[in-house]
Amino acid sequence: MSNHTVKQPSRRAFLGGAAAIGAGVVTSSAAQAQAADPLIVNPQDWAQSFGDGVDATPYGLPIEYEADVIRRNVEWLTADTVSSINFTPIHALDGTITPQGCAFERHHSGAIDLKKSDYRLMINGLVDTPLVFTYEDLERFPRENHVYFCECAANTGMEWAGAQLNGAQFTHGMIHNMEYTGVPLRLLLQEAGYDTSGKWVFVEGADASSNGRSIPMEKALDDVLVAFKANGEALRKEHGYPVRLVVPGWEGNMWVKWIRRIEVTNEPVESREETSKYTDTLEDGTSRKWTWAMDAKSVVTSPSPQAPITHGQGPLVITGLAWSGNGAITRVDVSRDGGKTWETARLAKPGEKMALTRFYLDVDWDGSEMLLQSRAMDETGYVQPTKAQLREVRGLNSIYHNNCIQTWWVRENGEAENVEVS
Amino acid sequence: MSKYLKSLTIALAASCLTAPVMAEKFGLGRAALPAEIAAWDWDINAMGDGLPVGSGDVLDGEEIFAEKCAACHGDFAEGVDNWPKLAGGADTLDHEDPLKTVGSYWPHLTTAYDYIKRSMPYGNAGTLSDDEVYAIVAYILYSNDLIEEDFVLSNENFMEFKMPNVGGFIVDNRAEAEYAIWSGEPCMTACKDSVAITMRALVLDVTPELDGNTATTAVSATAAPEPAPEPAAPTIDMELAAAGKNVFKKCKSCHQVGEKAKNRSGPVLNGIVGAAAGSVDGFKYSKALRVAAQDGLMWSEVELAAFLAKPKAYLKGTKMSFAGLRKEADQTAVIEYLKTFE
Repeated sequence: MSNHTVKQPSRRAFLGGAAAIGAGVVTSSAAQAQAADPLIVNPQDWAQSFGDGVDATPYGLPIEYEADVIRRNVEWLTADTVSSINFTPIHALDGTITPQGCAFERHHSGAIDLKKSDYRLMINGLVDTPLVFTYEDLERFPRENHVYFCECAANTGMEWAGAQLNGAQFTHGMIHNMEYTGVPLRLLLQEAGYDTSGKWVFVEGADASSNGRSIPMEKALDDVLVAFKANGEALRKEHGYPVRLVVPGWEGNMWVKWIRRIEVTNEPVESREETSKYTDTLEDGTSRKWTWAMDAKSVVTSPSPQAPITHGQGPLVITGLAWSGNGAITRVDVSRDGGKTWETARLAKPGEKMALTRFYLDVDWDGSEMLLQSRAMDETGYVQPTKAQLREVRGLNSIYHNNCIQTWWVRENGEAENVEVS
Repeated sequence: MSKYLKSLTIALAASCLTAPVMAEKFGLGRAALPAEIAAWDWDINAMGDGLPVGSGDVLDGEEIFAEKCAACHGDFAEGVDNWPKLAGGADTLDHEDPLKTVGSYWPHLTTAYDYIKRSMPYGNAGTLSDDEVYAIVAYILYSNDLIEEDFVLSNENFMEFKMPNVGGFIVDNRAEAEYAIWSGEPCMTACKDSVAITMRALVLDVTPELDGNTATTAVSATAAPEPAPEPAAPTIDMELAAAGKNVFKKCKSCHQVGEKAKNRSGPVLNGIVGAAAGSVDGFKYSKALRVAAQDGLMWSEVELAAFLAKPKAYLKGTKMSFAGLRKEADQTAVIEYLKTFE
């Protein structure tokens, strides 16, 4: 096999290195390589001696060379880290499942330490018998497995007024996608004998913020899960160990962590989290409330500002993520010229309801500038809007629910930047 | 059979066919005791259901607020740094960057009671008595110029109070206002004549640096979820420091600075900005400060300002008997002055 392009030893060459690499690769191919690759012709340590034994790491972490694939915080967004958010490194991930260890965190009063043995879940309000469940009780109900995305309503919120943060992690990283194992909330409500006249459930967490939210009964009975496993293992502390609520397709704030109480009510509480926050102020000063569903959205994760093209012209994989809180993604289009022309991308798998969908567009890059965009469509026929379309309806002051089409300006040297286009 | 019963029967039959598990119970869990429900069920809805009997007035509220809330929210509920502003912003909702506070934005007063009772004070949630919560809510209303200072708020008159923005909300109308327009077969070719870049993130430069976790300069003029704090100035503002020298007169009876400075009733303050708390040699600190120092307290400008604003509220048990620098300008100035002493 001699027709492979010579790989640069430093695959992580970033930004500064990208230009040189891009220029160098234009004419290189293995056939023209001048010296044999020492990594091949010289014996290497790893090929002669031992590696680590089993149990070297009883619970494994990513190898050190992946140390930059981590959650990151934007310090100026919040007053402290206890009531704050960080971002999933979506620019460096592929596939659709987000590893728990780098899935974004959002706390209102810090990630608490709550043992399974100290865990209690109360169901009260309009029920025949108010009940208390232990963790072990929850494990005895019939369980289900579902993959769902969880997106903070403020994802992309910093971009309302203009291109602000330079990286897909920061513009679109308030999202993760996991396979949850849990008990349908419906079963727990039935166990307590919920009053069918109750129109809402109020859910709250065990942490100091309690983060109470009102959820309409119809949703509660439909697909809400009381989940205790994610991606096959226990939830991480920062995601609500031992038990969190999963509210498919709806804004992340409703996915109450460390869930401790579910109250069946006739009225919504109109809590702080559903009035002063997570409401969307329009241009005329009125605000939308109960904007629960996350509309269809997509973003190119690579190339992107944190994932520049380092290999020069030729075969290029353009990839990204698409999702919709209103159903399955049916199609994603990609534009390389800022929205003048579009090509339909290949979905890695058919879209699944309320889960991330990976898309690819495999192109032969000629090394010229690109204004990369992606545009998602879901099964309801909804088409992801441009920023201009969103602003036309909502103005500039809606912090939440910004699902606009994102543009990356990819330069000839492979570097990319977050921009807005006309 | 009445029409109602007939449809009910059909519905039941249908539900049995599609979901046989509907009526099943597993006999899991145990009955919650009334005392347990009372311990957790504190929520108060917008109808006022759940409001406890009690009352509190503005003056008591001011005192409690100063002690328990002002370190973050400011003495006048105006908000310190990036912490939420609870007062002001009237009639700004249709402006660029509206100021959303309890007074200008919150539709229901019950929300304030519910949230403060369950989730505040920050770091010590759920510790306020019912009367204290009434008093704090009264003080927040007063700070928003919505009641007079002799007002007594209680469960009796609570629901009579109408928030200014109660009519400012509509239920999600995206289906009508947006979904209808943003659907159908999208354009694939010749969708626009020209494309120009109208804004670049690198020009704004607010992205955290990737090889460290520190943010770069952080002034945001745009719609961030919370307003951005002022960036730390890399050099000393001598004019501000001069103003700070004047403010420092209030500190001089206890603190010395400069080459010949010695510990008095307060420690020497040379190099204090950015230093670890409790690290001045030979000074006997309060237990509270020693504990804070052990926990890693650093006298960053933000921490110092918070301490100076209300020392006893910031650090309960501190020996510093100073009442505090109310004005943010004074805090900033004196910190700038202190920065001139290495």
